[in-house]
Amino acid sequence: MSSLPLAVRDSTTMLRRNLLHARRYPSLTLNILLTPIVLLLLFVYVFGDVMSAGIGGGGADRSDYVAYLVPGILLMTIGATPAGTAVSVSMDMAEGIIARFRTMAVHRGSVLIGHVVGSVLQAILSVLLVGAVAVAIGFRSTDATPLEWFAAFGLLALVALAFTWIAVGMGMASPNPEAASNNALPLMILPLISSAFVPVDAMPGWFRPIAEYQPFTPAIETLRGLLLGTGIGNSGWITVVWCIALTALGYRWSTSLFNREPK
Amino acid sequence: MTTSTTPALAIAATGLRKAYGDKTVLDGIDLAVPEGTIFSMLGPNGAGKTTAVKILSTFISADAGDLRVGGHDLAADPQSVRAMIGVTGQFSAVDGLITGEENMLLMADLHHLSRHEGRRASAELLERFDLTEAAGKPAVTYSGGMKRRLDLAMTLVGSPRVIFLDEPTTGLDPRSRHNMWGIIRELVSDGVTVFLTTQYLEEADQLADHIAVLHEGKIAALGTADELKRLVPGGHVRLRFSDPAAYEAAALTLGEVTRDDESLSLQIPSDGSQRELRAILDRLDSAAIEADVLTLHTPDLDDVFFALTGADRRAEQPADQSAARSAAQPKETVR
Repeated sequence: MSSLPLAVRDSTTMLRRNLLHARRYPSLTLNILLTPIVLLLLFVYVFGDVMSAGIGGGGADRSDYVAYLVPGILLMTIGATPAGTAVSVSMDMAEGIIARFRTMAVHRGSVLIGHVVGSVLQAILSVLLVGAVAVAIGFRSTDATPLEWFAAFGLLALVALAFTWIAVGMGMASPNPEAASNNALPLMILPLISSAFVPVDAMPGWFRPIAEYQPFTPAIETLRGLLLGTGIGNSGWITVVWCIALTALGYRWSTSLFNREPK
Repeated sequence: MTTSTTPALAIAATGLRKAYGDKTVLDGIDLAVPEGTIFSMLGPNGAGKTTAVKILSTFISADAGDLRVGGHDLAADPQSVRAMIGVTGQFSAVDGLITGEENMLLMADLHHLSRHEGRRASAELLERFDLTEAAGKPAVTYSGGMKRRLDLAMTLVGSPRVIFLDEPTTGLDPRSRHNMWGIIRELVSDGVTVFLTTQYLEEADQLADHIAVLHEGKIAALGTADELKRLVPGGHVRLRFSDPAAYEAAALTLGEVTRDDESLSLQIPSDGSQRELRAILDRLDSAAIEADVLTLHTPDLDDVFFALTGADRRAEQPADQSAARSAAQPKETVR
């Protein structure tokens, strides 16, 4: 069998294995899903009145804040799934079966590709679920065309892919699942210090660069633009560059760790 | 069948070396394992057995050496080697989160068997390894022996031609161990080559066509079990007395003996044959001497092993040597 069909076939097998794990042990996935939903409800129903005063120069009500918040929450969901991936990759690498794969004539990258594709699929599923909750509490896209919906979906998948590759590297580099969980914490924190909850303008001056020059803020602004018709500016291509760079970095990092001589 | 041809080698290694930092684990090892045989690498913990298996099964690379498995060069073409080997390591290589059957089907998929073929092979092997009943349970719930059987069943899915077994019976109870031996013998009857490491001398004796004794990274001895046993002398008959007078009389009657005055026992060199044994008994009978216990000791791989590796077996077995040994290995015949 030539190289490409072999890669696809073995990666599909590995993907099936990972999806089987996720289906059999859904608690990790559900845990990760819970955080964005709780934050969404908390910010809308508990802090909503105060938060809405901070956007759009007064005058905004709770439904405006829902609209402002949801794109950020969706990207936060995308950020949370890879954090779980880091833990499960770290757990998996300690399993004897990975050693077995190394002595089998399987495509070398298939173990990692299986993890990445499985994780991206889970992230997309999570986004659909969180999105459904958002719609249930009143989120409506104001003027998105089918093309914009498609672009929004692609954007979320691209961000998921980028952060998943980084997370796989984090999981590989961690000596145990606890460390992997700690190392992946930035993936959970970054959305909190982006423009997800309040506009960057509303932050203290010294903090703005941190919020502005990290990947989540341009991604969130792009998603807002696509779904709500706000200005995207150069956020779109900044996001794409971020994603490509992170994907390439994460891929190189993960595969070099995987191909390192085992003990 | 005109002339005798040298059998093809399943595993051929020349000058295999591996070091971790400044610690040399394998110090220039040569191996030649003919197809369809069981080769056993014997050695104590830390001798480098696992490292040898890891290298020959492409898991890690060697520092030096010309290494071939199934005719393929390990360094140049590891994927071809991988396509024809199966490995069962010391630690369970099963996916604990999925069921036994799912583990088997995973292997079938990775060997690119068709769906139908995969199911057939999986069911057949699960049946053969007595796992059909447990097939639907997660592997993490299996006992040690079951995990080991599943592990080996998974190894056999792709019908490998060369199988590496790293201490396949370590940690198994005697019954499971004997089952495993039966399984290993069956493998070879199908023409498969087995490379087996063990720290149990009896295991190598029972199974292996050829045995290499690994000691401090070098092969201390190589040969069949019988050839190795011939390397060391040590066959003897041991007579124990409770009556000092009988002990003295026997020592006098038999002449060429090694005395142990403290335990009132005599050692008479013997090859363990019926003729020699009868001669000793006849002489004792004609002098009307009765020994309390007669023990026959034939050299076994233990003797070889300790002689070759220079370990002091007395230091390891300070108590009643024969009792401790016969409990561990029923090699001595007490009459």
